Amino acid sequence: MTTRRVGAALVLLAAAAAFAAPALAPHALDQRFVALLNAPPTVPRLVDDRGAWHLPFIHPWRLVNQLEQTYEQDRSTRVRLVWFANRRLVSSSDEARAPLLLLGSDSLGRDVFSRLVYGARTSLGLAAVASLGAILLGGTLGATAGYAGGIVDDLLMRASDFVLVLPAMYVALGLRSALPLVLDAWTVFAFLAAIFAVIGTPYVARGVRAIVRTEARLDYASAAAALGAGHARVLVRHLLPAARGFLVVEATTLVPAFIVAEATLSYVGLGFPDGVSSWGTMLHEASSIRAFTDFPWLLSPAAAMFVVVLGLNLAFQHRPPLSQA
Amino acid sequence: MLAFLARRLCFAAFLVFAVSSGALVLARLAPGDFATADLGVRAQSAEAGRLRSRYGLDRPLGAQYAEWLSRAARFDFGESMLYGRPVRDLIPERAANTAVLALAALAVATLIGLPLGVITGSGRGGLPAAIIRAGSVALLSAPPLLTSLFLVFLAARTRLLPVGGMGGSTGAAGGALADFVRHLIVPAAALALPLAAMFERLQSQAMSETIAQRFVLAALARGIPWPRVLWRGAFKAALRPVASVYGIVVGTLLSGSFAVEIITSWPGLGRLMLDALRYRDVYLVAGCAAAGAVFLAIGTLMSDVALALVDPRTQE
Repeated sequence: MTTRRVGAALVLLAAAAAFAAPALAPHALDQRFVALLNAPPTVPRLVDDRGAWHLPFIHPWRLVNQLEQTYEQDRSTRVRLVWFANRRLVSSSDEARAPLLLLGSDSLGRDVFSRLVYGARTSLGLAAVASLGAILLGGTLGATAGYAGGIVDDLLMRASDFVLVLPAMYVALGLRSALPLVLDAWTVFAFLAAIFAVIGTPYVARGVRAIVRTEARLDYASAAAALGAGHARVLVRHLLPAARGFLVVEATTLVPAFIVAEATLSYVGLGFPDGVSSWGTMLHEASSIRAFTDFPWLLSPAAAMFVVVLGLNLAFQHRPPLSQA
Repeated sequence: MLAFLARRLCFAAFLVFAVSSGALVLARLAPGDFATADLGVRAQSAEAGRLRSRYGLDRPLGAQYAEWLSRAARFDFGESMLYGRPVRDLIPERAANTAVLALAALAVATLIGLPLGVITGSGRGGLPAAIIRAGSVALLSAPPLLTSLFLVFLAARTRLLPVGGMGGSTGAAGGALADFVRHLIVPAAALALPLAAMFERLQSQAMSETIAQRFVLAALARGIPWPRVLWRGAFKAALRPVASVYGIVVGTLLSGSFAVEIITSWPGLGRLMLDALRYRDVYLVAGCAAAGAVFLAIGTLMSDVALALVDPRTQE
């Protein structure tokens, strides 16, 4: 039970961070520190070199080598952190000289931590919207197939079996590249959500169909029909509630798959455009061996993804994922 | 059995046909074509017109599709515009690389996952079992995208294993095969780890259910030592869940290998497909899709046959 609580806490934490991004991020999304390209994280400290205690502070970075982008801490200067200034939770008292870079900066000098929490909005939001779409679409189709039976059932289930065989990632890739390659952020969001929802639909539809089929044979369903309830009412009010538990579990397996799918598509350059901050575009910008070896903090979106997926798995455990997209 | 096999073969043939046709039509319907992708702003020029007529891009979709289909029936899949070579020559090498990667990952995952699942499922594992269980729950949350990023990071940081640049003249000791194997380790491990975790969990669950059954108790009562009961009797009886999952694993492997191939620069089908899609190289897209569909068809066919052998009820 404790592992479930830990998992739920991780998921809630990520959701809260995404929700509170503007207050949590020390910097604006596109703010650049041109003197601090690929700078390492500034770690908040309480004790200085002589062992004296202070309020939380950071040491500024001093550029050592312009070409190799190596930095060293200026340990003689302390820059205090200020709380609740400019409607931000925490920031540095001397933004120009020593900005607070909790996870370092990227190759354009942007704060990785700020982009990470804003990116959580894009990535988690997309996954949530897409799962909701898949649940609605899959629920409708599955319920129709299960309730109607006959040829409708046959056709829908054959089609969904066929889609289930295909590797989900390639279906997403194919559908995405059938659209114009360059689009604005909101259009990409809508298209990706639609594509993911379609891919997730068969998984949901199959389960809902099975549940509705069994439930429809039970006495309470015929009782409801005998009392004059129409088909729609029997289906929506009486049969579908039986699928609630299944739908919740299904959503928790779809969300991780969609987070990873967005990251993969953006990584290969077919997801969000470069200006948008999502976990995938951040990884895309870090996609060089140089970044892997010298600037590992650029991989923090991968760590964030792992934490969210782990949280979901712990909270709703003991089912192997249907598709590891 | 024969009727069942014939039915499944028909499905496999339909799969290959539908997937490659679908890919061709989808790539053709997409806005832009190879001329615009390759020439950019000069796409309106006479050069673009020549390109289009050479590859049949200026003809209506129906005519283009009909011709592609009639040629594909004779195993001529057209010419790749991006590489200027017949698709038939481009695909086999890349497909072989993907197949090697997927099979290596599957073998490693099976060899690691199943024994570990027996240990954790036996209920007598103690601390090691708890550690293995925690490890595989963590790995289940790390899809191939994340494991390959992490392993590439490790490999680049420690410089123990090469990433990318296979076949380059880096003076690698041991010749081409050793070079191939050394480059295979990172992508195969990235693909295998999440799969091994899934196998471990499935086998563990099946083991603990099997061990609770009476035949295990009976075997113990007859004096058969515990390890023998565990690894011979119970292990075999608990194999069915993993065996039935092998069917969906083919799709999972192909999906996962896409991310792995891109990140670790493994020259497989995924990379080729991505380039083909980006450049609107319609014949290459269709060829890659056909090759992937053949993999899928073989995989589902094999798992169907295996399941039918294990459990005759699946033949209906």
